[in-house]
Parts: sequence; C-alpha cells; structure tokens
Amino acid sequence: MELLGFILVDGLIYGAWLFIVSVGLTLVFGVLNILNMAHGSLYAMGAYATASAVGAYFAFGGTSFEFGSYLVMVLAAIAVALIIGPLLERGLLRHFYGRDHVILVLVTYGVFLILEDVIKLIWGVTPLFVSEPYSLLGNIEIGPLYYVTYDFLVIAVSVIVGFAVWFWLNRTIQGKVILAVIHDREMSQTMGVNVNKVFMISFTLGVFLAALGGALTAPMISVSPGIGVNVIIVAFAVVIIGGLGSIEGAAIGAVFVGLARAASVHLLPEAELFIIYLVMAVVLVFRPEGLFQKTQARKI
Amino acid sequence: MSAATKIFLGCAIAFVLLIFASLLLPNWAMFLITIAFAKGLVALGIICLMRAGLVSFGQGLFYCIGAYVAAFMSGWTGITDIALLTVLGVVAAAMIGAVLGPLLANYRGIFFAMLSLSLSMILYGTLAKLNVIGGTDGLNVAAPTFLGYSPSGRDLGLALFLFTSLITVLACGAMRVFFDSERGLILLGIRENELRIEYLGFSVRRAISVAYVFAAGLGGAGGVIAALAIGHVDPEFAFWTTSGEFVFVGILSGFYSVGAVFISSIILELVRSFSNLYFPTTWQMSLGAFLLIVIFLLPNGLGSLLSKRDRERGGT
Repeated sequence: MELLGFILVDGLIYGAWLFIVSVGLTLVFGVLNILNMAHGSLYAMGAYATASAVGAYFAFGGTSFEFGSYLVMVLAAIAVALIIGPLLERGLLRHFYGRDHVILVLVTYGVFLILEDVIKLIWGVTPLFVSEPYSLLGNIEIGPLYYVTYDFLVIAVSVIVGFAVWFWLNRTIQGKVILAVIHDREMSQTMGVNVNKVFMISFTLGVFLAALGGALTAPMISVSPGIGVNVIIVAFAVVIIGGLGSIEGAAIGAVFVGLARAASVHLLPEAELFIIYLVMAVVLVFRPEGLFQKTQARKI
Repeated sequence: MSAATKIFLGCAIAFVLLIFASLLLPNWAMFLITIAFAKGLVALGIICLMRAGLVSFGQGLFYCIGAYVAAFMSGWTGITDIALLTVLGVVAAAMIGAVLGPLLANYRGIFFAMLSLSLSMILYGTLAKLNVIGGTDGLNVAAPTFLGYSPSGRDLGLALFLFTSLITVLACGAMRVFFDSERGLILLGIRENELRIEYLGFSVRRAISVAYVFAAGLGGAGGVIAALAIGHVDPEFAFWTTSGEFVFVGILSGFYSVGAVFISSIILELVRSFSNLYFPTTWQMSLGAFLLIVIFLLPNGLGSLLSKRDRERGGT
C-alpha cells in the first residue's frame, strides 16, 4: 500500500514535468502541423539561459531576495522564446509549410543538429549548476519519505500552464482565432485572419513552453550538452500517446507515462530506460492515432 | 539491351571500379568507405520504405540486431567467417522484421516513424541495462575471417572493403530488380494513393510488410559489417540519433537511385570526418545546415540528379 503511494507521488511529479516539456510540442503540432524535433534543443536553451541568468542574479546581489530567482527563471524562458521563436518560424520554417509531415520532421531535425552546436558555442561544454532555487523551498515529509518542495512547485506550475493554455485556446478571442486557423486555414484567411501572425505567435508560445520546461528543470540537474536529446523523444512519446495536437491528451499521456515510469522504477528498475517507449508502442498498437485523436477519413 | 543485362553490367562495372579503387585508396579512406557502405546498406532499406511514402525512424533496431548477432556469434560460438555472420545477421534481422512488419504496416506518416522509433529505443533500453552483455559499454568483436583466410593490418581492411563492396553491389542490383518488379512498383503506387492500389486488387499491407522485411535484412547486413569493421558494438547502434543518420542519408539520396544512397553515405561520412577534424565543435551544425539545404533545393534528393534522364524517358 505504501509502495502504491510512492509510485503515485513519484508518478505525478514526473508526469507534471513531462507535461510541461511536451505541451509546447503538441501546441505547435496542432497549429502549424509540425512535429518539432528541435523542441528538445529549445528546452536545453531554456535550461542554459536559466542557469546563466540565475547564476548572474545570485552573483549580483540576488542573495538578499532569493525568491526573485523564480522570476528570473521565467524571464529567461521568455527571452529565449522571443529571440528564437520568431527567428526560426519566420526565417526558416515558413519556407517548408505544406510539405509532407515527415519532411518537416527532418527539417526540424536539421534545426536540432544546428541548435545543439549553437548551445555548445554559446555556453561551452562544461556543466552549469544552479541548485539554489531547488533547495529554497525546503522539504516536505510524506509518510517516511522526504520530498523536495520544489517538485510540488513543478506540479503546480504544470497545472497552471495546462489550464492557462486551455483557457487561452478555448475562452479567448485570440484562442478562437487560432482554433479557426487549425480548422480551416484558407477560410480563416479569407475572413481576415492574419494567418502568418497566428503561426508566429503559436510557434513562439511553443518555444516559450519548451524553454519554461528547461528553466524549471535547470535547478534539478547539471545543465550539460545533450540534455535535449533525451527530452525530445520522451516528449514525442507523451504527445503521441495523447494524440497529436491535443492538450488534454498531452496531460493524460504525461500522467500515464509518469506513473508507468514510477512503477517501473519501484518494481522493475531494469525496465526504467524503455518503459516510456513500451507504453507508447502498446498505446499505438491499440489506438493507432493516440488516445485523443479523432479518426480521420481516408482520401481517395 | 534488356533491363536485366543493364543492371548486371552496372553492378559488374561498379564492382570492378571498387576493386581498382582498393589498390589506390589509403587505409583511412578504405575504412571510411567500408563504414559508409555498411550504413548505406541500412539507408537502402530506408529508401525501400520511402518509396511507399514511409519513413522509418527506427532502422537502428536492425542495424543493432545485426551488430549484436555478429558480436555474440564470434564471442560465444567462435564463428568468425564474415559471410556466415552476414547471413546470420540478415536472417535474424529479417525474422524480427517479419514479426514487426505486419504490425507496422497499419501505420502511416508520423505514426509509422514514431512507432518504429519506439521499437528501436526499447531495444536500446534493454541492451543498455543488460550488464551480462556489457550494458552501455558494449562488447568487443573479434576480427573476421574470410573462408578460412584470417588477415590482419592493411590486408584485413582490404578484405573487409572488398567484401563490403561485393555485398553492396549485390544489394544494389537486387533492390533495383525489386524496385522495378511489380511488387516494387506497387510501393510507388502506395505513396501516391493507397486506396487505389487496394481497388486494383493488391494488398497494401502485404506490400509494406515485404518492403519492411527487405529493409530489416539490409539493416542487419549493415550492422554485421559495421560491427566487424569497428570491432566493437554498443547499444548506441539502436539509439534514435543513429537511426536519424540513416534517414538523413535516405533523404539526401532520394528514392530514385540505389547508387545515390552509397554516394550520399560516403558524402555524409566525409563531411563528418572532416568537420570533426577541422571544426570539432560545430560538425553537427554543418550537418544540419547541409540537410536543410538539400531538403530546400533538392526535394527529391541527389538521386534525382543522377537518374533524371531515366525519368524523362519514362523510366523509374
């Protein structure tokens, strides 16, 4: 029984993290129809930017108000999004719209390769550490175990982010315009929607979410080259399990994968490395388009 | 000249050229081409699926199976004969492909790519955790023998190069024949419109399964050769970035020409080696930029340059 509790808590923590790193991917796919392989690099950029920014914050007198570092983390993610998002979407991706999905995967794979080196050029290859925000909130005791409160902060942030994105898409005019573009791009263009702008905003938001995932993760890990490589495939798995383009699906997929991984860590540690892919393969076998994807008619 | 003689002549000429090349090439170049051909064999499997409009992001699975078969066989049973190992690797990979093919044949586009990727990552995860067979460190592979002949030094490199060239040429010929056969042409039809192919009375799923088994076998062959040439295998063979490289070669060459695959593979290895040497920190960047340029300027790959004349005459 106790074990079940651990699995549940660990699973929720991991699932919340998964949701944050993958929700941007599903959003970008939903609007732009691009499965963005560079998502992992954008996550890594967020992590690096945070590591630098928070490091600078503490070096220049941030110790008097340590909680300010959380604000710095969010600002770092916003900065990454505002610089990279419009640049990548306007400068590169728009030239490839309308091509096959798989070709776009490869285009973003190329972007991924480039960004991996850009990261090394900017931040070097030595690992960066910023653990201050992680330990700032202290620990929580649950039963016999101590959890770092920061982990629960991640859960809170992911719930807020999920709700905010959902609210924005479904309850605001801007969001409804985006839904209209998803539904029928040409028709919304004739109705006077600036589709290019919608694409740019959505992509930038996707970049922001990826960078925010990185920013939240940076205090928990040593920020070193290659952190994006693993995240991308995990995020893919979550998004595919949930059904591409579905925010709710990503949430369910993240919790699903989180629990599966926590269960495997506690019960069958050998399987930890591939349990995510196993879950993805099993889901795809029974629901070929993911859990939340509506079936589409075949074209003749 | 009939199509069959043309293919036979093409293969023969290519092989003779490669034999001449082996006399002139320095050791490093011979090794580079051997590895490029081994990877090209896997990429040949990828273009076989690409003809049906499917991109497998998990060919590393078969590459890895082939490599580990070679490692196990030479380590545990003492079989070091390269031809035998290649046959065993191909059979093992094709058998697994025959199990997975019918399952994967239900998927298209992104889902095919991602499911094949997840299968290969499952193998990666399993191998990385199995410490009995080396875990993430992998295994060493003994130098191969060639029908009892066990060379070393430059002779070993030369023998490997010639063997790899032979397999490559044979695979090119066989795949060209397959692509131009009825079953192979159905794949192009599936790419265009699979429902029509179904109405014409062919089984799309069976055609894709067959293509997948071919791709698996080629992946296995590539894996065996790479394992023997490098002398070491590790779970990275099944990692998704390895599979990404094969897709890269496939996209670079396009699916029109079988020879272009190996040229692309050599280009990739050259770009990698030289940028590794001269810009050690930015070689991925040059690779990525190269990929973007190719996709932008040559949507059908290098092969569309080589066989343009053929297509204008109504060939492939």
